[in-house]
Amino acid sequence: MAKRRLNWPLWAGFLLTLVAFASYIFVFVNFPITRNFPWVNLLLFAGAAALLILGMRRAYKQPERYRGKVAGPVLTLFSAMICGLFIFQIFVLGRQLPVSAAAPHVGSKAADFTLQDANGKSVSLSDLLASPLNGRQPRGVLLVFYRGYW
Amino acid sequence: MAAISVDPPDVSRNLATKRGYTYTILSDPKAEVIRRYDLLHAGAGEGGQDIARPAEFLLDSRGIVRWMNLTEDFWVRATPEQLLEATKQIE
Repeated sequence: MAKRRLNWPLWAGFLLTLVAFASYIFVFVNFPITRNFPWVNLLLFAGAAALLILGMRRAYKQPERYRGKVAGPVLTLFSAMICGLFIFQIFVLGRQLPVSAAAPHVGSKAADFTLQDANGKSVSLSDLLASPLNGRQPRGVLLVFYRGYW
Repeated sequence: MAAISVDPPDVSRNLATKRGYTYTILSDPKAEVIRRYDLLHAGAGEGGQDIARPAEFLLDSRGIVRWMNLTEDFWVRATPEQLLEATKQIE
């Protein structure tokens, strides 16, 4: 019997799944157009699924020509789990946020506070509102609360 | 502009140096101000640390909130265009 050929779409599909997952965190999260809705990553996952389906068909319909009867289901299962984790993180976890009903609202005065800046210097909100920037009195202050990098 | 998180000053300093940020970055490691502003996302950080939920507030020179954004999805933030549009409120 002739040596069966490597079923490359299975491995390419699994690799593309890893790329689809990791590229969001490392690349596409940096651009609002690819972050707010992860369409690039979903397309990559779709491409990976197509490769895996092709590989699985080869493995089971032409087992005399192609390898992958064991690797196929294993790689497909791992890929499905990675894709599921991605969808959970983006579409479920991302929307689990506190209500913040008592947060300052439009028309209310933002409570003053004092915190340390990146150089360890104490800075208060009233300082930010009063201290001139580029020689001009500030017209206001934008406060951005963010999750941080822990 | 000031950005506020639970990151300690040295983490903020590294971030500012690495990315070239020149605005004020404030550290609220015990989430005291974050809690006072009702923006605490309990246990959402690495290892269950309490962190801030993303939120943006534009204050006028008297400290009155003129525009705000509380996202319902932490992957979705206010865009620079939205923020610039909002600054028209304090012209």
